[in-house]
Amino acid sequence: MDEVIVVEKVSKVYASERGPVHAIDRFSMKVKEGDFVAIVGPSGCGKTTLLWGLTGLHPFNGGKAYILGEEVDKPRKDVGIIFQQANLLPWRNILQNVLFPIEIMKENIADYEERVKDLLDSVELTGFENHYPRELSGGMQQRVSIVRALSYDPKVLLMDEPFGALDAYTRDEMDTLLLGIWKKTKKTIAFVTHRIEEAVYLANKVYVMTPRPGTNSAVFDIDLPRPRPEGITMEQKYFEIVAEIKKRIVKDVEKQKEEGVYQSQAYSTVT
Amino acid sequence: MDVYEKQLEEEIPDFEEHIPEKHGAFDISATVSAVKIHGWKQVTGILAVAIVILGGLELVIRLFKVPEFVFPAPSATFKALVTSFPTNYTHFLITISELVSGYVVGASIGLILAAVLTQVPYLEKVITPYILLLICTPTLALVPLLMLKLGFNIWPRIIAVSLASGPMVMINSVTGFRRTDLAKIALAKSYGATTFQIFKMIRFPLALPMIIVGLLVGGIFGLITAVGSDMVGGKVGLGNKITYYSSLARMAHFFAIIIMVAIIGISIWLIFSRVGKKYASWQE
Repeated sequence: MDEVIVVEKVSKVYASERGPVHAIDRFSMKVKEGDFVAIVGPSGCGKTTLLWGLTGLHPFNGGKAYILGEEVDKPRKDVGIIFQQANLLPWRNILQNVLFPIEIMKENIADYEERVKDLLDSVELTGFENHYPRELSGGMQQRVSIVRALSYDPKVLLMDEPFGALDAYTRDEMDTLLLGIWKKTKKTIAFVTHRIEEAVYLANKVYVMTPRPGTNSAVFDIDLPRPRPEGITMEQKYFEIVAEIKKRIVKDVEKQKEEGVYQSQAYSTVT
Repeated sequence: MDVYEKQLEEEIPDFEEHIPEKHGAFDISATVSAVKIHGWKQVTGILAVAIVILGGLELVIRLFKVPEFVFPAPSATFKALVTSFPTNYTHFLITISELVSGYVVGASIGLILAAVLTQVPYLEKVITPYILLLICTPTLALVPLLMLKLGFNIWPRIIAVSLASGPMVMINSVTGFRRTDLAKIALAKSYGATTFQIFKMIRFPLALPMIIVGLLVGGIFGLITAVGSDMVGGKVGLGNKITYYSSLARMAHFFAIIIMVAIIGISIWLIFSRVGKKYASWQE
């Protein structure tokens, strides 16, 4: 299995009070096994909708999406999802939270405890097993949610602006931490973000979406060394790639404005 | 772009985390969490106030030689409580058993109804007015009727207690079960959770704080109704003793019964604030 995620001309339309809203329009993408792909685009371009379509919870209206060769029509046990918010269950302690997927899948919890403890250790949360989410900072909560997504050892990780709610410093730390986890676990990752700097730092490939309705604008192969050295975000080459992608997005917006089809996202609820 | 293979979803889903509302219509959790005792300093203060009030009352009553039928001295009330206990404790047990059996039936029905109805919005809308009717009508008013049908035994009282406590439990539990946190439900669904698993692992824990509040309020309403229906007729129960002693102007004994009723009420509060601390403290 070479291509783990295949998205073929998917579209998604919502029926809102103001008539149908075209969130995505014939977007296509391919993610190879073990690859790290980021999807960027202006606010409201349907990035989140794309990811939710891939989870199988909110299926697409048109086109096809495949994960591991099977068409996505319902949630899959080999896919892990990391949300914008950590979304931990406040009545469960950290260990119970990370074992939550195992409980739902009715697997034997004892088989996973060792694995989960190793994972907690790798995100520096050993000793917090019996704490409750409210006792943890936002960054720690998001680390718990990463462990939760990895607990049942899915092959694919779908991440929806996972660090968007964190402050700038914690976000950078989390990016580095995520690269470490990716290197160790070799998961296939599709990562949605509106921060181009983050996308370039993390991914091998960056898909750019146009403003709503989101469709393919461009794909950038990020030609930066692996593993990404600490100071890479200070280097000329990094800035050049970031600037190139930014220019592309500005151009897409300008083009839509010229055509008079640009929809301001000020009223939008979908990002 | 206009060719959709699948039906459109009804509305744009909210992907952000949905933070459930914290307080329902009958939420008294504020009082549960506000009364927390920290350390000996506070305990001494509370005891001091009790001593000052009771001591002052005793002093005033003795100084002005207030007769017992006007207001009994705290010492006389305490004496009456101890000396009359052997005769009164059967009435105490009767009221407790009315309360407990009526409450268990009423609260279970209320809880089950709430859990089922909130899954079917149409049914909920149809049933809720009747539940409100039960809440707003004092069930005590039904006791004379029930007694005509069932006789002067404890059965009418048990029915009255369950009619008083059940709707209270239900209306609060409904508020709890309505707290649907879409993000958490989506999370569970993304692991392939069944409807029952979502209920057990998301909806129920989310509703639990409100259920506990409902159980507490239902318990207090049940106590009021139990004592009240004792008063309506028959010869047993604490409420009956209250009317009996007040008709004889034996106020020390009267207050002794009031203390017994208060002890039941405080126990209900203590039980549920403990339960709340254990199962609902995540909410604070």
